[in-house]
Amino acid sequence: MNELQFLTWVRGPGLDIALGIFLLGVLWRLMEIYSLGRKKDLAAPRHAPGASGWHTILRRSLPPPGMVKRSPVSYIGGYIFHVGLAIIVFLFVPHIKLIEGLTGLSWPGLPSQVIDAVTVVTLAAMVVVLVDRINKPVKRYLSTFQDWFTWALTFLPVLTGYLAVKHLFLPYTTMLALHILSAELLLVFIPFTKLFHVFTVFGSRWYNGAINGHKGVPV
Amino acid sequence: MSASLEKGVRVLKEVIDAPIASYFSSCVHCGLCAEACLFYTETGDPKYTPIHKLEPLRRVYEQEYTLLGRVAKWLHLSKPITDAELAEWQELVYNSCTLCGRCSLVCPVGNDIVYMVRKLREGMAISGHAPNGVIEATRRTVELGSPMGVKLHAVKAQMKHVEAETGIPIPLDVEGAEYMVQLSSMEIINFPEYLSAVARIMKQAGKTWTLCSTGFEATNAGIQIGVSDLARVIVSRIVEGAERLKVKCVISPECGHAYTAIRWEGPNLIGRPFTFQVKHILEVLDEFRAQGLIKTEGMETDRLSFHDPCQITRRGGVIQQQRNLMQMVAANFVEMPDAGKYNWCCGGGGGVSANEEADELRLSAFKRKKAQLEAVKPDRLVTACAVCRTTLEEGLEHYQMDLPVLGLTELIAEHLVESGDGDRKGA
Ligand code: SF4
Ligand code: SF4
Repeated sequence: MNELQFLTWVRGPGLDIALGIFLLGVLWRLMEIYSLGRKKDLAAPRHAPGASGWHTILRRSLPPPGMVKRSPVSYIGGYIFHVGLAIIVFLFVPHIKLIEGLTGLSWPGLPSQVIDAVTVVTLAAMVVVLVDRINKPVKRYLSTFQDWFTWALTFLPVLTGYLAVKHLFLPYTTMLALHILSAELLLVFIPFTKLFHVFTVFGSRWYNGAINGHKGVPV
Repeated sequence: MSASLEKGVRVLKEVIDAPIASYFSSCVHCGLCAEACLFYTETGDPKYTPIHKLEPLRRVYEQEYTLLGRVAKWLHLSKPITDAELAEWQELVYNSCTLCGRCSLVCPVGNDIVYMVRKLREGMAISGHAPNGVIEATRRTVELGSPMGVKLHAVKAQMKHVEAETGIPIPLDVEGAEYMVQLSSMEIINFPEYLSAVARIMKQAGKTWTLCSTGFEATNAGIQIGVSDLARVIVSRIVEGAERLKVKCVISPECGHAYTAIRWEGPNLIGRPFTFQVKHILEVLDEFRAQGLIKTEGMETDRLSFHDPCQITRRGGVIQQQRNLMQMVAANFVEMPDAGKYNWCCGGGGGVSANEEADELRLSAFKRKKAQLEAVKPDRLVTACAVCRTTLEEGLEHYQMDLPVLGLTELIAEHLVESGDGDRKGA
């Protein structure tokens, strides 16, 4: 297989397979989790302002008092790379074109120089959070193979995308093919690793907010 | 697999619900929950990270409820849960967790970690991996009626004592009273001032109330150890008593987990909503205050601070009432950093204070409370839980800090405007 055939494969069958596994995986996992249900809480509820699942979905996006000071890299690094990833994935014009091709939906993107800068910052933030995971005793203690693996799965598409756009290291076609392949791997693994938090974060926050909101505690 | 282990794993399978599945699927191993837990912050030992305490439950979830986990189990690629593993986790699940719930407030993905610790304890206890101190306390509550072995005659002796002191008759088993007042063993033995304070307050508010001879004990060690069957037996005594006496409202005493047990877990344990209300004494006092039913005079002028018991504030939803009451009688009320729903645990809740194996760790964890206190340097510390109170006293003594601890109910009672007929001002 030469470079061009490789690119054609990742753009065609490769993408279909990855999207298929991703979509079925997400549906399966969501069902597997949320169909377990939960028992109705029979205690008489206490109503308090700000105490509900919906409030917690929003509130948990901000750091609780004192926490940034206790773990600055987690919060600052975490915000930067999450926002950075969202910008790169959804506001880079070629990505919007791809999404338009798949779904028909489209929206305006950002100029490529802006995306370049965001990409560099995002890559840097991801390296910083990786170093933090290695350095901080708690994070290192909790880390399993999956934590290192998912970091690499997330990092590689950003890195290869940047190198492809900048025509660095490898011929453009090869780098672009590698970029698409790495993004496909990411898609395939999202449902089956901790990366699935991109979906369950809403459910988890909602349950926590609702369960404690029942007692009148805004969490 | 031993029979007890089999039972334990079966219970763990049963307690896993959608919230737990969602929580385990969301965890990103960021470790932020550790920063919220006093057992980690005061020891620096990563094994005390809250989510790590749940590892056995997480493994059961993965092996039983996820597609990939089931495939791995079928191919014998995953290690089954063993007795040795649960024995190793006992320290983490009981000694180093007070069910304070602070971790559940900080997890960025929203995991309610304490919800899961409570459920994991169900499986731990049934498979024989709960600490002896807590097992004994539970057995005494079921067999004798209270965790400290307090029986009705001890309560009657205290009623007599309080009647002599206050000149107010203490009602027992009065049908149709508005309130049924509960006690905790700790109060019956160590803090008799509580009953006397309640008697004086009820008299001034002009409310009818009663103690119940079959359901006076509020403490529920079944909740702490994590055996719902026993917790249900204990809660049922109160429910039957309240329904027999046809009271409108049961008042949970100055005890944190007793409130969680009856107010929030109670109806779920017996499987139906209550026919009466349940309120914490602080809620009742604050209602009396707002309705102008109790009048106080004089103010404490020394520096007073308030320690929020976790089960009453963060886990119970009684957050503002204690502050209103403090303002009523304290001219110099100072809040500790993180007061209110973010308050740090005294280190003794969730059965930890009844568990000798945890003594040393509990005293290390107390450094958190010490730092909070040093930040505002109060002259006296007020709280509303007998377990907090004893834990605080022990911790303060250990660190040679001279700081009296008192209950909020008795503080309010000391300031009641009392007039004539046999009333006397409390000490
Ligand atoms: S804070 Fe939440 S996401 Fe982070 S390690 Fe703890 S449980 Fe997992
Ligand atoms: S409930 Fe409290 S003691 Fe238990 S793990 Fe969470 S923060 Fe630590």
